[in-house]
Amino acid sequence: MTQTPEAITTKPDPVTQPTLGPLGWVRWAWRNLTSMRTALQLLLLLAVAALPGSIWPQRSINATRTADYIAAHPTMGPVLDKLGAFEVYATPWFSAIYLLLLVSLLGCVLPRTRIHLRHVRGRPPRVPAHLSRLAAYSSREVDADPAAAVADLRAALGRRYRVDVRDGHTLAAETGFAKESGNLLFHLALIGIIVGVAIGHVFGWKGDVIVPVGSSFSNTAINYDTISPGPRVDTAELPPFSLTVDRFDAVFEDRVRGDAQFGQPRDFTAYLRTVAEPGAAEKAQVLKVNHPIEMDGATIFLLGNGYAANVTVKDSRGEVVYKGATVFLPRDNNYTSSGAIKVPGAQPQELGFFGNLLPTAVITKDQGPISVFPDAREPAMALGLYEGELNPGGASGSVYTLNTKEMTVVDDANGKPLRIWITPGETVQLPDGRGSITFESVVRWAGLSIRHDPAKDLTLWSSLLALAGLLASLLVRRRRVFARVTPLAAGGSRVEIGALSKGDDPGLQEHLDRLAARIAP
Amino acid sequence: MTRETLEQYSLISLYSAIVVLTLAMLGFVLYLSRSAAARAADAVVPEPVAQPVTVGGGGGALTAEPGGTDMPASRDLSRARKAAGPARMFTWLATFLVGCSIVLRGMSVHRPPLGNLHEFVAAASFVVLLGYCLWTLKRNVDWLGIFVTTPVLLMLGSATTFWYTEAAELMPSLKSGWLVIHVTVAILATGVFTLAAMMSLAYLLIDRAERNPDASQGFVGRLRRIVPPASDLERIGYGLHVLAFPLWTFTLIAGAIWARQAWASYWNWDPKEVWTFIIWVIYAAYLHARATTGVTRQKATYIALAGFACIIINYSIVNMYFVGQHSYSGV
Repeated sequence: MTQTPEAITTKPDPVTQPTLGPLGWVRWAWRNLTSMRTALQLLLLLAVAALPGSIWPQRSINATRTADYIAAHPTMGPVLDKLGAFEVYATPWFSAIYLLLLVSLLGCVLPRTRIHLRHVRGRPPRVPAHLSRLAAYSSREVDADPAAAVADLRAALGRRYRVDVRDGHTLAAETGFAKESGNLLFHLALIGIIVGVAIGHVFGWKGDVIVPVGSSFSNTAINYDTISPGPRVDTAELPPFSLTVDRFDAVFEDRVRGDAQFGQPRDFTAYLRTVAEPGAAEKAQVLKVNHPIEMDGATIFLLGNGYAANVTVKDSRGEVVYKGATVFLPRDNNYTSSGAIKVPGAQPQELGFFGNLLPTAVITKDQGPISVFPDAREPAMALGLYEGELNPGGASGSVYTLNTKEMTVVDDANGKPLRIWITPGETVQLPDGRGSITFESVVRWAGLSIRHDPAKDLTLWSSLLALAGLLASLLVRRRRVFARVTPLAAGGSRVEIGALSKGDDPGLQEHLDRLAARIAP
Repeated sequence: MTRETLEQYSLISLYSAIVVLTLAMLGFVLYLSRSAAARAADAVVPEPVAQPVTVGGGGGALTAEPGGTDMPASRDLSRARKAAGPARMFTWLATFLVGCSIVLRGMSVHRPPLGNLHEFVAAASFVVLLGYCLWTLKRNVDWLGIFVTTPVLLMLGSATTFWYTEAAELMPSLKSGWLVIHVTVAILATGVFTLAAMMSLAYLLIDRAERNPDASQGFVGRLRRIVPPASDLERIGYGLHVLAFPLWTFTLIAGAIWARQAWASYWNWDPKEVWTFIIWVIYAAYLHARATTGVTRQKATYIALAGFACIIINYSIVNMYFVGQHSYSGV
């Protein structure tokens, strides 16, 4: 294959080279793809290809961070995006590597399985002529006659060996089939893992939803903040359970004073009532991080938490135009949370409040109002106000930010943008008779992730089988022992034993010596 | 005793371990340099003593230095051995001190001390040291001492400086029985991989000296009197990798099981997960390379060392600078 054209043409009497037809090339490509060397290169390539996914933010994991990164790198960002650096594990080049590896693996493992089955069923090979040339060799004289010596050896080999005696005086024995069985099991189980992941991807679904304390959620696609169903999932068929968050307890570190630990989360507990299907009995359940709730057809995980403000807004007519828990999203470890209160029903103009909810509020000189501790010790809101059209063109944007394109900022009496500082229980009058806002109370919310993966057990069991196979393939030794017994003129017999092993086996000679010692102490 | 007091004692114990281990390292350096400097004529004495069954006996081939103390070894070499004795004792003492530090830390925080990088590295150091100390009981592996004490000193140094974290309770996602399972096995795997990488490094050095007649007169070349032949080193290195690889596989699986409980999905392409996977793939490539005819043992060993380089990156750069769910609190 590597012969250069010159080498062929300069030969005086050209040898007819075997030409490869299309089938020949296919066979050549297949042989190369399924060779160990290719597998090795693909493995190393896979390792390199997985790298970028840990360096650049990934859209599937954190879309916001990815968007921020691209915005911050206007030249490189779009180029990297084109190359798939933000979706590494879904790119064609990454898929190509692992699919080739999969094909290479199958092409290697399936024929090997056939050969292995033949070995397991077949007889051990014949005893070689020159036993002393094997990797380990030992020769002993024993008092027993040849038949008895063979029987002794068979007993000494024990049950681990499969023994085959020919002609009454030669013996071939094999052990360690589990090594190759394990090896094959490992590789086949890897396929099981990949199949499990694929089934989970196609038939599984996941959704995230924020539920403030006191609110309920019923499991239909429309109620999720985000839902990503697999391609073959009918979102109209989600399991019909519902839940209510009654209470949420959060504990933060306030004893250890070190910068690194102070304010770190210690415990989150959500108290829920779940209903398996409409009409079924309510069940009180406790949801914690690391302790998901298993429902029929889905699992509920506690992945986040934060604060919501119970707010009442009255408009210029004095009518209550907004009342309810408004979710704010935490922006830092101390839960400085941002959000927006949108009041489309206000007269004469729609109102939009924006700003921060601070669970332990402090006004600093440099940073303005911030939260200094994640627990709600001194809650306050710092808000600004816009008026105008909240959803221009009918497009509803993010519920956490205002689209101020068609809105104007509301100023205070001094002509500066209005700043509202409001604590629970307080009511603030809006300028020029626009109405008022009341901060009733702070409640926590639970960030729930609800998932269904129909193939997770397949993946788990496949990976455990892979581990078992790996252990067998690495730890079991595949050995062959051959023996020839010849009668001695003076009575008794000479037993010659030789042994072979697959791969390194530094203990082989010792093993053989022990075996020999057992028949000729 | 209060949490702070116990934390202080734990730290003092770790500092003491660093001091003692530095002494051990100096002892091992002295041992190597004296052995290398031993007069050539003396060195001939031990060489020709053939060992009848070095092929068998598993790790028995480790001891290149023939015979025990009763051999008429050269004066220079026995002088060298005098430095190794105290070095071994100091290593034992350091191991004990690191063990004390871990226990005190655990008492301080009322939980298994496996919750952050500081605790992880202290425990991994303990595994490496204990593994080496137990090995010295069975074989003469004094020549390996320098390869063990140096990386462990670097690990302990980092654990007490950049990676130091105040003793505290865990964050909610770490409060799980899987912490002990996943992290303990990860620590064992890391410890064994460290020993394996050091053995591989020694193999490459000795192998070069063996193949290059010029180099055999250099420092490394002269060390061949006390270090086993390259082929043995390679085989032991392989054996250690074979031990560590399933442990790493289990770390990956246990991590995935835990991830499903704590983060709702068994695989999230979190940077740490990605690197654990990369490391797994590289070591898998090493095992394949070693079983492939046509790939030299040297090349295979380079792959294994690349895997170890990734382990170092995984615990330093990935933990500290890549944003992900494995970010250790407090660093």
